[in-house]
Amino acid sequence: MAPRAKLALVLGGLYLLLAMLFSVLGVALWADMQESERQAIRAALEVRYGLAIFVILISWALLGLVVQALYRAYVQVPLSLREQALVMATSNPALRLPENGAPEIRALAQAVNALAEQREALERDVEDRIRQAKASLEEERNRLAALMSELTQSVIVCNLHGRILLYNDRARLQFKVLGEGGGIIGLGRSVFAVMERHLIAHALDNIRHRMGRGSARPSAVFVTTTRAGQLIRVHMAPVFGAEPENAAAQRREPLVGGYVLMLENITRSVEMERTRDLMLHSLTEGSRASMANIRAAVENLLDYRDMDTEQRDRFVGIIRDEVTIMAQRLDQTTSEFSEALEVRWPLEEMVGADLVQAAQRRIEQRLGLPTETAGVAEDLWVRVDSYGLLLGLTYLASRLKGELGAQRVLLRLSRAGRLAHLDLIWPGVIDGAQTPANWEFEPMNIGGETSRLTLREVIERHGGEFWMQRDEAADQSFFRLLIPIAARPDAVDPTAFVHSESRPEYYDFDLFQASEETRALDDRLLTQLTYTVFDTETTGLDPSGGEEIIQIGATRIVNGRLLRSETIDQLVDPRRRIKPESIRIHGITEEMLRGQPPIDQVLPAFSDFCEDTVLVAHNAAFDMRFLQMKEAATGVAFRQPVLDTLLLSAVIHPNQESHRLEAIAERLGVNVIGRHTALGDAIVTGEVFLKMIPLLAEQGIRTLREAREAAERTYYARVAY
Amino acid sequence: MTRRILIADDEPNIVVSLEFLMKREGFEVATAIDGEATLAAIEKMKPDLVLLDVMLPKMNGFEVCQRIRANPQWSGVRVLMLTAKGRDTEVAKGLALGADAYVTKPFSTKDLVGQVRRLLGLE
Repeated sequence: MAPRAKLALVLGGLYLLLAMLFSVLGVALWADMQESERQAIRAALEVRYGLAIFVILISWALLGLVVQALYRAYVQVPLSLREQALVMATSNPALRLPENGAPEIRALAQAVNALAEQREALERDVEDRIRQAKASLEEERNRLAALMSELTQSVIVCNLHGRILLYNDRARLQFKVLGEGGGIIGLGRSVFAVMERHLIAHALDNIRHRMGRGSARPSAVFVTTTRAGQLIRVHMAPVFGAEPENAAAQRREPLVGGYVLMLENITRSVEMERTRDLMLHSLTEGSRASMANIRAAVENLLDYRDMDTEQRDRFVGIIRDEVTIMAQRLDQTTSEFSEALEVRWPLEEMVGADLVQAAQRRIEQRLGLPTETAGVAEDLWVRVDSYGLLLGLTYLASRLKGELGAQRVLLRLSRAGRLAHLDLIWPGVIDGAQTPANWEFEPMNIGGETSRLTLREVIERHGGEFWMQRDEAADQSFFRLLIPIAARPDAVDPTAFVHSESRPEYYDFDLFQASEETRALDDRLLTQLTYTVFDTETTGLDPSGGEEIIQIGATRIVNGRLLRSETIDQLVDPRRRIKPESIRIHGITEEMLRGQPPIDQVLPAFSDFCEDTVLVAHNAAFDMRFLQMKEAATGVAFRQPVLDTLLLSAVIHPNQESHRLEAIAERLGVNVIGRHTALGDAIVTGEVFLKMIPLLAEQGIRTLREAREAAERTYYARVAY
Repeated sequence: MTRRILIADDEPNIVVSLEFLMKREGFEVATAIDGEATLAAIEKMKPDLVLLDVMLPKMNGFEVCQRIRANPQWSGVRVLMLTAKGRDTEVAKGLALGADAYVTKPFSTKDLVGQVRRLLGLE
């Protein structure tokens, strides 16, 4: 009932009650009166009828006003306060109740305001905490990403479904097959594309088994091969998932949520081992035959001294020949296997200048001996056991200071063929008697601290040499250490730095929460799917008329992020001529295509790239037609679901005239850069697609099935290639 | 009766020594330089003992040894294998395939003569 109607009812009731009270009083008095009294009252009232009614009406009106004022103060004001309190509770926590009306109501409003004040402060506090937590999480992630990218080891982290959550650049390069940025390591991709499923399953079983036996650090090791035939040793360690608190008490062993794979390419060391075997074999068995020939000849010579001269000469000749052969074989083996003969102490590769700098720091700090450099080769990488070498240099400097009174030392690093000269120079030429020849064989002792190592051992770890030399012309002496030079470390893939404005997207922990992978894609939300957005450039527009693909560009969307560091940008040799008018569009000349792989090599790599994703392209029918034309020839079929941004644009904006990529990009506020390269277009398409997902949701299109069906209904869907 | 010895080795430098040695020890000696020639020579001269090198061209010593043992007519032929392969696995293989003795190069000529005499029952 409306408040006003309630007021009228209350007022009406009040009037009625008053009327009834007065009537009862009047009737009672009337009945009790004598006839004379009745006469007198009747006479008195007859004249003052108007006045009586007037007084009654006035008092009614006054009563009405009082009731209304009470109603305002105790009903209407709380009602309006209630409305405002609801606003406070639902939409505007900063709103406060006005403190007016009756004192009781005012006190109530004050209490409510105080509560609101408290609530707001609490909310602010919670928000602050969330912000802080987010910031520290982000910082940790960045730190982890930076750490990962610096690791010299390849690392891949997967969830239990084998989806890759994190990887570093080295891991990507390890499995790179074709194309620049592409490859088969990527966020959300299946690790089984590069490693056999049963190997991983077996290793996981081993780990669980070890955990069951109470091993503190369960891990497993196995060896696998890459498609390029490289041998990879894989070290697997489990990642323990977070678990609900109450479950922790019941479960004794932690829950494995995924695993870390650390990869090491052992192809080279295995090859090295084989080379050593070969060498050993050639030395032992090759020598046995020669030694047998010599021994038999010698023993004949000794045992049968009565033989004639001709026979004797023959035996002597045999001995000479066989010794020559053995010497040759020895030389040959040494030169052939020189690399394998190097001592196998694990050496690290580092920039020579860094090594020298570290040595200077060490000598100055430990010994207080000033150092200088006397020429350090630039861009020279060395392979060293830096701990041993720095120890050795400091040791030499300390003996120079203590026994020869050196006031300062100089360091020099220069290239000498396969080796580098690392010189420790001190002023003055010492004479022969003082040659510190035995220093290298004594345990290194620096300022009272003795190491078990000798300098000789350190030198041998490097397969190097060590000696002292005098340079009388310059009036100085120096120790020379020969250390091996390293080839410059593998040049890192330049494309890794192309998109340096944002940090590389090598991790996505949200994938840990990925739901059942096996569920059909159709009913999954568009926001959850993994997409490959791609574009092709072609020699012409007619796929069935023999036109060919000359460029494929692709990028990926994982968990609503466009991954600019996981791309394919591959030119393709079409093995036919390109029409000049199409060159004007894509700018790809025949010259650029020379030496590029043909389509039957590119499509398998592209297919790997697309595995388990939904394909997205602008005017997808066109690109798909080209891919399908190649299906028979390459044996590569693309059966993934396909979404077309052109059709989706028609779904979202049915009244727009143009659904060209540029027009859509402009409508949706996407910057267009690098158009008409396949990768450039793919990236624009990807960004456009990401903007479309919420717009589609507004129309109730949320799953892949809904999007496909909506696209099929549009007019454009009827245009078939 | 003079015992006949066939020397099967493709290295002239050892053949010269072995031939000289065996002749001086009073044996009748023939030589063969590959596996097939060895089998032909056995057929022809019916030797009492073959000094058989493992690394022979055309047919290796292991195979020659197997062929000798496969032929009942040659059951009296002693086989002494000579080899530069010193691994115990190969010694086991040679003996398993029917060699009577297995001598690894380099060897002492005295020991070799001793082995030959023992195999021929001359001591």
